[in-house]
Amino acid sequence: MTLWWIGDVLLIVVVLPVVIYLLKGVLDAARSIVPSVSRIAAAAQAGSKDLDAVPLLLTTQAHVKTTVEVVAGYGGSLDVIIDDAEEE
Amino acid sequence: MPAAGVVLIVAVLLIVLALVYYLVSTIVALRQITAGLDEAIAGVVEIIEKSAPVEEVVKDINANLDAGVDLLEGLLVKKAGLVDSMGLVDGLYPGAAAAGLRNFPDSTAIEAPRISEVYTKGTLTLARLGREAPIAAASPNGPVLRNIEGGSLDARSLYPEARQSRPERLARSPVIGTNAPVQYPPSEARGGTPPGDDELEEKGQWAETAAEGIVPAELGGSDAPREMLDEDPELGSEALGETTGSDAPATESGIDPTAGDEADATSDGGPAPTEEGAEPDLKDAAAPPRQVDADDRS
Repeated sequence: MTLWWIGDVLLIVVVLPVVIYLLKGVLDAARSIVPSVSRIAAAAQAGSKDLDAVPLLLTTQAHVKTTVEVVAGYGGSLDVIIDDAEEE
Repeated sequence: MPAAGVVLIVAVLLIVLALVYYLVSTIVALRQITAGLDEAIAGVVEIIEKSAPVEEVVKDINANLDAGVDLLEGLLVKKAGLVDSMGLVDGLYPGAAAAGLRNFPDSTAIEAPRISEVYTKGTLTLARLGREAPIAAASPNGPVLRNIEGGSLDARSLYPEARQSRPERLARSPVIGTNAPVQYPPSEARGGTPPGDDELEEKGQWAETAAEGIVPAELGGSDAPREMLDEDPELGSEALGETTGSDAPATESGIDPTAGDEADATSDGGPAPTEEGAEPDLKDAAAPPRQVDADDRS
């Protein structure tokens, strides 16, 4: 009978608090991850939205090509109308 | 059942309840984490898809810009020479010459000449564009390209002489009116001939208006062809009058031509004196003075 009581006391005083402590730690860790994941998701969506301007790079690409062509034409004209530097 | 057994059962129940509560809570939290990660993964995938063509496009842009830089650097060095190029670059962007030109590694070792301080703006270009420009011509005072003051003054001589010497009075605008060097006689004459120089001098400035004429016929003046005029011109020939176009005297008897240039209609013209008692021609009768004039005299 005494062993029964000793087992009850151990179960209530030692095992139950230890189980509760461990489970609470797991739960707290899991809950602490939730806001971090939410922030990551928000950041990913914001980053995706920032990249909406990426298609404009195609326009930039075309403009740069046109500009370089104009510069080439201008430079070619200057090459014709201006004498080269004298050789030293 | 002994009391110890009951306590044992209660203790086990408590442990199970604690396990259920915390495990269920953990499951809920893990589900939230899974949902958040799914959202984040979707965003990341979107980022990857959107940024996929960036590398290719940016590489193409950079290649084009590289070509532009190569072209401009090559042109600058070809036209100005490497040393002067560094001077020009440093003149535009002080300190930039230290970085040198990308395609000319030797340019970093060049001490940039102070071109912006020696050449007036555009002088170098003018010198190279115009072989006959004064600044490019040989000067007895020595070359002006390296002479700050000489270069500046010679650049002025490139402009037209009239502006350069700054005359006190430039040519005036065209003169119109009586004293204009070029006279334009009026195209129409209404009730007389245009006044000559003597008449203008005698009558003064008011006669100049007639001398300058009015709107020429070819520009739609009142004596222009009817098809050029409005449908209902304000004044016709009936109102404006017109010259007779002949030398015939206006009166029946005319002016006595024996008086010559000194003839006066009041003494040398008019009808012959009527016989005594005969009825005078009323059309030649002088108008009586106005009543107000008669009153003033009295």
